[in-house]
Amino acid sequence: MVRFENVGLRYGLGPEVLRDLTFRIDPHSFQFLTGPSGAGKTSLMRMLFLSLRPTRGLITLFGHDVATLGKDAFASLRRRIGVVFQDFRLLDHMTTYENVALPFRVMGRSEDSFRDQVIELLDWVGLGERMSAYPPILSGGEKQRAAIARAVIARPQLLLADEPTGNVDPTHAQRLLRLFVELNKSGTAVLIATHDIALMDQYDARRLVLHEGHLHVYD
Amino acid sequence: MPAGSCCMKATCMSMTEPEELADEVVPAEQAAIELDSSLPRFATPIVPRATIAGRALIAIIAIMTFLASVTIGSVVSVETAASGWQSNLAREVTIQVRPVAGRDIEADIGKAAAIARSVRGVAAVRPYSRQDSMELLQPWLDGMTIDELPIPRIIAVEIASGQSPDFAALRKSLMEQVPPASLDDHRGFIDHMHTMTRAVLAAGVGVLALVTLATVLSVAFATRGVIATNRQVIEVLHYVGAKNAFIAGHFQRHFLLLGLQGGAIGGGLALALFALAGLLSGSLLSAPEGAQLSALFGSFSIGTGGYAAVLAQVLLMAVVTAMTSRYTVYRMLETVQ
Repeated sequence: MVRFENVGLRYGLGPEVLRDLTFRIDPHSFQFLTGPSGAGKTSLMRMLFLSLRPTRGLITLFGHDVATLGKDAFASLRRRIGVVFQDFRLLDHMTTYENVALPFRVMGRSEDSFRDQVIELLDWVGLGERMSAYPPILSGGEKQRAAIARAVIARPQLLLADEPTGNVDPTHAQRLLRLFVELNKSGTAVLIATHDIALMDQYDARRLVLHEGHLHVYD
Repeated sequence: MPAGSCCMKATCMSMTEPEELADEVVPAEQAAIELDSSLPRFATPIVPRATIAGRALIAIIAIMTFLASVTIGSVVSVETAASGWQSNLAREVTIQVRPVAGRDIEADIGKAAAIARSVRGVAAVRPYSRQDSMELLQPWLDGMTIDELPIPRIIAVEIASGQSPDFAALRKSLMEQVPPASLDDHRGFIDHMHTMTRAVLAAGVGVLALVTLATVLSVAFATRGVIATNRQVIEVLHYVGAKNAFIAGHFQRHFLLLGLQGGAIGGGLALALFALAGLLSGSLLSAPEGAQLSALFGSFSIGTGGYAAVLAQVLLMAVVTAMTSRYTVYRMLETVQ
């Protein structure tokens, strides 16, 4: 599904922040990405959701060499990836319902074809009564759930979550982890970037550890 | 789970404690009742309206459209007037017979008129009598009699509709048989008028080009500002898989609407101005001054073609606005990505 071969990344003329990354993310797999602050987790995540191009090496996503793809092809690949940001990235001028329905809207689907699906998912994540609420008046936990709902609504093949438990208490973090595990069981490959050791200890999964620009894989 | 079906249904069934994820879960029956009463709708524009400096841009587009429309109207008006003059002049030529000592001017007039009548394509020949000439010149002679001045006499030659007489042959015949007579087919004046009309047209095209350029630049700057303000919206749209065409299309729709509003205001004001000018010139026509103005400048009416041109200008401004914003968004999306 995802293959990195000798991937390196530098910003401008600076030193390489990521060096010789070689790893795979298989379909239906579950893994944590961890490492100290500044190790390059976010940079690696950005390369995974095609927001950043590597300065060297090969990245293959869903069988496509990303270096050879045009921008429209990027968009098509992104539709197969769900992303949960640490800062949620919800659009404040849209209701919770509209935020979650956004992936369908950009696909050009008619509202009749996705309305029930969005409502059901919002009910499922406990935001059924907050569908018409705007993000600024949602609590941190509600925003988190709305962001996750938006990431998974279109049934992505790969879910990337950047510090998804960074803004919630340990109890809520456990609930979110269970959500990701259930999504994984339903067929979605999951990569969670976190430096929350306690969270990782709760689920036995592959760990990708970034340290001083290098990646160490612990299966 | 099949794609396109309710995404979480199977998962939901497999999960035994969805309630744990929710602060408060809406029971299915209650949700069904709420659905019947008010279904949620995706009604919010992708690009927030509040982030677009709409009023300022509408005002700029309205001013530009007004200037462009006035320019178009003026050019049309001048062309109509020039065409009217030219048409009148082309239907008539003049033979002048100068008084020459030792010659009978009345005989010369009669002979010149006879030569003119013999030319094919001439509909009518009307020599101006001494009395006619007196009346024509009286306002400028201030009591003097025409006999005291060596003033040429005039023969008006009316050309038949759709005919083009051989003026060169007529001129030659007059030169040979009536040396004091000369033919004035107004060619020089018509040529001057052609030159003037072309100059006005070129100036109008220049003004239109400048106005369009100013509109393009204004819209481009406005679009850049809107994109900068909505950078996060664009990023999120990219992350959820939006193509550049989708994003640019939403910006374009906004700006097309602004362009139509501004264009309608500016074009409407210009049309009102032309209609008012037409009404005023119409009411003045009854007065002698009005008749003179009408003879000189036409009727101030831009006609159906002029009004159509102004309406086309309104649409053009809206399209220019929309296309400029689309192009600017596309170029900026390249850098965002």
